[in-house]
Amino acid sequence: MRGKRNLIVLFVALLAGLIAPLATGASSAGFWVEVLLGGLMAGVLYSLVALGFVLIFKASGVFNFAQGAMVLFAALSVARMAEKMPLWAAMLLAVVIMVALAFVIERLVLRPLVNQDPVVLLMATLGVTYFLDGFGQTVWGSDIYEIELGIAKEPVMILGNLFDGGILINKDDVAATAAAALLVILLALFFQKTKTGRALRAVADDHLAAQSIGIPLNSIWVIVWSLAGVVALVAGVIWGAKLGVQFSISQVALKALPVVILGGFTSIPGAIIGGLIIGVGEKMAEVFLGPVMVKAFDLAGGGIENWFAYVLALLFLLVLPEGLFGEKHIDRV
Amino acid sequence: MLYRENGQFKTSYRADQQMLPILQDRIFMGLLLLFVFVGAPFIFSDYFFLSILIPFLVLSLAALGLNLLVGYCGQISIGHAAFMSVGAYAAYNLVLRVPQLNFLVALILAGLIAAVVGLLFGIPSLRIRGLYLAVATLAAQFFMDWAFARVKWFTNYASSGSVSTATIDIFGWQVNSPVRKYLFLAAVVTVFAILAKNLVRSHMGRAWMAMRDMDVAAEVIGIRPVYAKLTAFGVSSFYVGVAGALWGFVHLGSWEPLAFNITLSLNLLFMIIIGGMGSILGSFFGAFFIVALPILLNRAPEWLGIAMSTAMVSHLESMIFGSLIVFFLIVEPQGLARLWSIGKEKLRLWPFPH
Repeated sequence: MRGKRNLIVLFVALLAGLIAPLATGASSAGFWVEVLLGGLMAGVLYSLVALGFVLIFKASGVFNFAQGAMVLFAALSVARMAEKMPLWAAMLLAVVIMVALAFVIERLVLRPLVNQDPVVLLMATLGVTYFLDGFGQTVWGSDIYEIELGIAKEPVMILGNLFDGGILINKDDVAATAAAALLVILLALFFQKTKTGRALRAVADDHLAAQSIGIPLNSIWVIVWSLAGVVALVAGVIWGAKLGVQFSISQVALKALPVVILGGFTSIPGAIIGGLIIGVGEKMAEVFLGPVMVKAFDLAGGGIENWFAYVLALLFLLVLPEGLFGEKHIDRV
Repeated sequence: MLYRENGQFKTSYRADQQMLPILQDRIFMGLLLLFVFVGAPFIFSDYFFLSILIPFLVLSLAALGLNLLVGYCGQISIGHAAFMSVGAYAAYNLVLRVPQLNFLVALILAGLIAAVVGLLFGIPSLRIRGLYLAVATLAAQFFMDWAFARVKWFTNYASSGSVSTATIDIFGWQVNSPVRKYLFLAAVVTVFAILAKNLVRSHMGRAWMAMRDMDVAAEVIGIRPVYAKLTAFGVSSFYVGVAGALWGFVHLGSWEPLAFNITLSLNLLFMIIIGGMGSILGSFFGAFFIVALPILLNRAPEWLGIAMSTAMVSHLESMIFGSLIVFFLIVEPQGLARLWSIGKEKLRLWPFPH
């Protein structure tokens, strides 16, 4: 019961923090909504990366540190190939590349390490991260590349009559959100309606039982890593179209780690909602809490969004270790 | 033939419990120390000291610290460079604000401050383990990066955010030339390595290893998990903090806010994976490997007569690192240290095959 009370306290504190700028009159309602929307957009990207994590973790129990590197690799592939061919062809080819990558990783990394400690597998994916970062930049180059999706980037004013000055939103952000939502729906259909999807869920539920009724684990892993690769591709393309394809994607994608902590390691809705919470939380913290902290502690600039997500995840760990939607049982000592 | 312990009988408890029970090991260690402190200063060039031996010594101390936590106590950390930065900035501020303090005292105090911060971030380890802990330590990494870049007091209000250090002075002995820096570091690292070697075979080290191998069983036989884990975090952060202070003062001299970023954390982790988890010797192997490999890679194209850009070299470097990590995890999870002990086994039988 005490755990529940702490949780409620944490949520109330978060909500209070969320509406504090409005209540204290530190910001106009329009600006507040703009920041909120900006946070949600960033959150969609975090959700997409986190989704890749969750897929792999559910099916193979591997904490895939390389998801960020996969996002970068996929985005680089698309960006560079789109210079030579139409975008749709580049994306199709990139899907093929990600599937091939999944195959290679399963063969060379996962299969020899089967039944190892999760921490060993985490470190193996660290190795994969380094390899992919180096490999991607060797093959595709290490400059900043653009992905042109053909969507206008200029902001659009909406709800001008409701708020003073209206709210500015970007068309490409809306498109990104729609794409992400579509991807999640497709994934949900795939998991619920197809035979392979059911096999994946069976493996996620219980490895041994799934194996004993004849589901081949190795090919399931290839499928799951391919799926994660495709999700990484979508995240990479959206991200690349927004900010340009560059090495920093790989680092920013680390933010997906606190997202999965928040949402629970095994929950797809958790990844989505966790991503949105982290996205909104850190934008709000940066815009509204940042200046206050700068003034209070005499800092040289804000930048608290670099660590806010992690500290939020730490707080969640203390009161709700399994995350918002995770399985209730976790290893405790 | 040469390396054989038969005929060396232990007739007292002291003899049974000594650190190096085999005569040949003691002779080897003695020769090694003789070479390190007497021979090496005359042999190597200043370049070799500055670019290989000095970073190697500091990083092996840091890897040793991380190994105590990851290799001996089984708690993963991917944010240990944060504790290095705590040590470095603590030493900087101590030397700056209390000038009469001897550097050795400042070094120990910096280590202790790092240990306190390490304990703070180690608290989540009491409730969570494995993957969750990895994220908790990542929080330490990013928070510390931010704190030292933004809080002006830590950098003494330097406008660029970078700090530079004065020459170290130990009882009038100036640590200013490469050889002197090397000797100073070698002395510090020797002391800390001997301490660590003895620590891991004391009750504390045994508690850590029991925790690593199976926490529930360890608790059943009367090891307090809180005590074991927090001491591991504390001691590990202490070592790493001292290493951070040395990295700043002896190797870098002056450093930017992000000198202790996540890349360094991951490199430390790679050192102990490649060198050998749960091995003091392995920390040294791994550190040497990670320090020497980039230099070798930078030189290799020149020797082979291939023109290669620096960007290309750094990409190749990370590819080789990545492959080696996976290779070692699969083929030799105990790392280079295991190869060393296999070599010793072989030497025992030599020249006979069995």
